[in-house]
Parts: sequence; structure tokens; C-alpha cells
Amino acid sequence: MITSTHYLVLGGLLALIGTLGVLTRRNVVVILMSIELILNAANLNLVAFARELNQIQGQVFAVFVIAIAVAEASVGLGILIALFRNKETVDAGEIDLLKW
Amino acid sequence: MLDAIFFYAFALLAVAGAVLTVTRRNAVHSAIWLIVSLLGVAGLFLLAQAEFLFAVQIVLYVGGVMLLFLMVIMLVNLDRAKQERQFSQQWPAALALAAVAGFGLTVVFRKAGAVLPPMASPAEQGNTQWLSEVMFRQYLLPFELASVVLLVAMVGAVLMARKKAGT
Repeated sequence: MITSTHYLVLGGLLALIGTLGVLTRRNVVVILMSIELILNAANLNLVAFARELNQIQGQVFAVFVIAIAVAEASVGLGILIALFRNKETVDAGEIDLLKW
Repeated sequence: MLDAIFFYAFALLAVAGAVLTVTRRNAVHSAIWLIVSLLGVAGLFLLAQAEFLFAVQIVLYVGGVMLLFLMVIMLVNLDRAKQERQFSQQWPAALALAAVAGFGLTVVFRKAGAVLPPMASPAEQGNTQWLSEVMFRQYLLPFELASVVLLVAMVGAVLMARKKAGT
């Protein structure tokens, strides 16, 4: 029997993997992809609770989360292109213009 | 029973895709594995009777966002990035942090595991119809705000990515 706890554990696992990706990777593109993973894990939890409580509100909020994730991805990749044009790198460690 | 088989299959797809996304050296491979992970999550949406979100996930994420990612990966120079070190020097600290967070989650789930009931029966109304009625009545203002956010993001992305003309 699949309960919503299964979904929550899976969501937590995906969020942890995504967090690890954000914290450890150096390639900015992969960091942005890891952020997408985290947002997906949040969506999974929202959908699981919507199913458990038999209310649709969780799914409505998941739609909003997807909209914000798309906005974040497009602006992030736009910034990345501008950055690559100026610094010729996608390494997060080399992007230190604001560091003392 | 069939539910459980499908759940574990999609969960395996999602987790394996996520792990490979984070660990692959080549960013294109990462993107492909992220697509696999997103498809797994889409299957889980379908299992949780979120048919509209399933469609949105496939069309928008797998079709749209991942296309954007692949285009950008091809725009930026990958050959150099592949030869550099892939993980930052702080990876032990990050791993410790993730371990602590995972431990906390385990404790919480062990406490809550028995409390959460099995999922309720589906509604009689269609999923998309129900979702649209709630979204356009109860959440009309957030919906409009989301469209404004998307417009601002679109303008911002174009502004960031364009070549400086005349300067």
C-alpha cells in the first residue's frame, strides 16, 4: 500500500540530492539543473498532500511553483550567457567579481 | 499491488536520474539524466492523480526547460569545463550537511510515518476541470501575478542574453 509517506520520503531524498548538487558542483549549468530537482521534489510533496487531503489546492500551488521555476531557469540561463560572454567560464569558483 | 510496482519503478527512475544528474562529468549527459528524473516525477504525478500536472511536467519541463538548458550548454564552451575539476573543495562539508539533513528527515518521518493515512479516493470531477475552477476563482490574483512574473522573467532573460548594441 502506497501512502503519502512514501511520496514524502521520495521528495526528501530528491531534495537532498539536489542540495548536494548545488553545494558541490562547479559547473553553473549543473547547479541550475540541481535547483530544478529541488523544486520538483517540492512539487512532489504538494501533490502527495493534495491527494491525501483530497483537495486540489496543492496541485494549484504546484502549478505556481512550476511557473516560478521556469522564470528562474530562463533568467538564470540568461545571466549565465552574459557571464560567459564576459568571463569565458562556467565555473562557479571563478565567478568572484563581488568577492573583496 | 500494481500501484506499488509502478510507484517503485517511477521512484527508481526519479532517484537514479537525480543521482546521475549530479554526478555526471559532461553537462549534456547531466541534462539527459535530468530529463529521465523529470519523467519519473511526471509518472508519480500521474499515480497521485494529478493528470494536469503530468501533462504540464512533460510539455513544459521536458519539452521546454530542458530544451533551453541544452541550447545554453551548446552555447557555452564545454570542452574546457569538462577538463576542470567537477566538484568544489568544500564537498566534505556539503556531504556532512546533507547527512545531517537526511538524519533529521529520517527522524521526522519515523515519527510521522504511522500518522499519515493512506490516500483518499479520487474525486468524481475531472482533475483539470477541478483545478481550473479553483485556480480561476479562488486563486485568480496569484495566477495573474504569476503571469506578470513570467513576463518580467522573459524581458529579463532577453535583456541579459542579448549582445550589447553600439556600446
